[in-house]
Amino acid sequence: MGYVAVKGGQEAIANAAELVEYYRLRAATPPIEIEQIRTQMRLLVDKIMGEGSLYAPDHAALALKQNEGDVFEAAFTMRAYRATLKREYYSEVLVTRDMLIRRRISAAFRDIPGGQILGPTRDYTHRLFQPELTTESMPSIEEFLQRIDAHIDPAKLTAIPKFGKVIDVLRAEGLLLVRDEGDRRVVDVTREAIKFPAPRSAALQMMARAETGGLMCLGYSTMRGFAAGGHGTVGELRVGDVAVQVKDPRGRVRYLGRITVTECEMVNSSKGSGKKGSLPLLSVGYGLCFGQNETKAICMGMLDNSLREPNEANPANSQEFTLYHTEGVESYGFTNHLKLPHYVTFQSGLDNLREAMQRTLASYAGLTVESPAK
Amino acid sequence: MIENKKFQSAYNFAFLDERTKREIRRKILKAIALPGYQVPYSSPEMPIARGWGTGGLHVSLAIIGRKDVFKVIDQGSDASVNACSLRQFIERMTGCRTTVDTAEATLIQTRHRIPEEILTEQQILVFQVPQPEILRGVERLETRTRSMHAEADYSKLWVSLYEAYVRYGSLMRGAGYPVRVNGRYMMSPSPIPRWDVPNLSDARCLYLFGAGREKRIYAIPPHTVVEPLEFEDVRFRVEDWGATACAYSNARDAFLDEIYEDDSSRKFVVNDSNFLDKLRTGPRPPQRLFRNPQ
Repeated sequence: MGYVAVKGGQEAIANAAELVEYYRLRAATPPIEIEQIRTQMRLLVDKIMGEGSLYAPDHAALALKQNEGDVFEAAFTMRAYRATLKREYYSEVLVTRDMLIRRRISAAFRDIPGGQILGPTRDYTHRLFQPELTTESMPSIEEFLQRIDAHIDPAKLTAIPKFGKVIDVLRAEGLLLVRDEGDRRVVDVTREAIKFPAPRSAALQMMARAETGGLMCLGYSTMRGFAAGGHGTVGELRVGDVAVQVKDPRGRVRYLGRITVTECEMVNSSKGSGKKGSLPLLSVGYGLCFGQNETKAICMGMLDNSLREPNEANPANSQEFTLYHTEGVESYGFTNHLKLPHYVTFQSGLDNLREAMQRTLASYAGLTVESPAK
Repeated sequence: MIENKKFQSAYNFAFLDERTKREIRRKILKAIALPGYQVPYSSPEMPIARGWGTGGLHVSLAIIGRKDVFKVIDQGSDASVNACSLRQFIERMTGCRTTVDTAEATLIQTRHRIPEEILTEQQILVFQVPQPEILRGVERLETRTRSMHAEADYSKLWVSLYEAYVRYGSLMRGAGYPVRVNGRYMMSPSPIPRWDVPNLSDARCLYLFGAGREKRIYAIPPHTVVEPLEFEDVRFRVEDWGATACAYSNARDAFLDEIYEDDSSRKFVVNDSNFLDKLRTGPRPPQRLFRNPQ
């Protein structure tokens, strides 16, 4: 043992790192540029920024490139980097009512103030392969872009309007449940460990950082009977850009830039306030995440509703279950730690089991059995 | 493109920024003041995966100084790949000297073992903890386990030990044997084997426990009474290898690994790599040994 073995371990690590790099490059194909990933893998970059909890498209693209497209690893790289950044400011509240809308739909009403805007989506695209993409080229891309440009009549361009919220219609009519939110503190889950029951701000932060698949699993479970409320309705789903502003030391609000977000308000029936004769008013669950990630925002909205109806029988009604287990970086890390050696712990368990076996055999047969260990 | 200055720059000494270090140090002090109590802390993400020693790293990096001599072991071995990885990381981020010699180290980070050699007042042992909550096996909800600790309500844990005894004839707890610290909190000693548990009590060194994923820090100060749970008539026992000796050093009275050769034959070898080195090259280092009750 000693230095020689230690050096062996270090060499093994260095060789493994080099070998995995070789696997990334061994086909000797032209390198993928960061800009290509950022632009052509837009939705993946959005997902990684959300789960990585850092709005930085170039970094997300680099994380994807260096991890050969492993989404868990890429999000993890983003988080590890984010944790080293100094917290200079907290932003002002994002005003999503002022969002520069790209897409905006409501499932609750046929027509909504401002209208339904389908925007960029593959929702209604038939999932058939596009063989022409195998021979896509710069000329074919340019031709496509020119065709799009030709559709646009500059004379018809107007200022981008702001759109009222669909839930305002419901609120005006008094159909929304006004909840006593209790703890209204805005905590920072990255600076203090979450405690339960967690304030809604903590739950929403955890979900905004959560792994999309994990959220979908639990969000889906609410619709299959594993939570009260059942099948919610998308009150409004909007995707677009919002301004990020901070207050400078002199108290002036400064515009920093804009980020793309997906926002969803999920409308569910509720049990009302619980008082006798109270109406089953509508409950609004809120989802917001970086980039365009509609699955995540919708599931977050569903879970925001279900988490406010605590019931330990259902994972989606339990804050502890939902928030701990949808945390992608933590669940990914711990799942993979199973690859570490556990021979000491295993030995300790074996020792118990062998003794128990010996006792059982002896009691059945009146025989003593020699333990192989002794 | 990426034009963040920070992106290119070097990291702070010991990687963590000073504010995070201060926060973690305060939580460590609180943990020392309340032996065995789990103190929640920020637990920022590290470049090492959750479950691979982040909690131990947070603690080590928050307290390491430039003069510290550092040792990392995993399952008793300095040579385990993850021990090498953590050692390299700490070395890169601090420039501190590293060692494999247990006696020479001032700060030791460990996963699942306490070194056989007695640790002194000059040393701190930092444990990597996967699951800090000793009650998790009997109560899955954190809200409840916290109130159980607050009320010192450990009946479910006692019942689980009793049930194991009734079913199998022994307490059947392997690694991570439940202990009571300073007569108050029940604590998970991290998955160290029972062999190591008696060494937690009345030790000369400071024991710190970091559970990164679960965001908890706890501690056992020097000379604190730590008792493994046992009944008057069913006592705590450490692993027993009988008359088996280490195949390399012929030594007994140390935690032994069970190793299988290519021909499936089995041998037992002292687990603590530095202890084994010392057994083979010189006098046996001082040890505290626990004898199973007859």
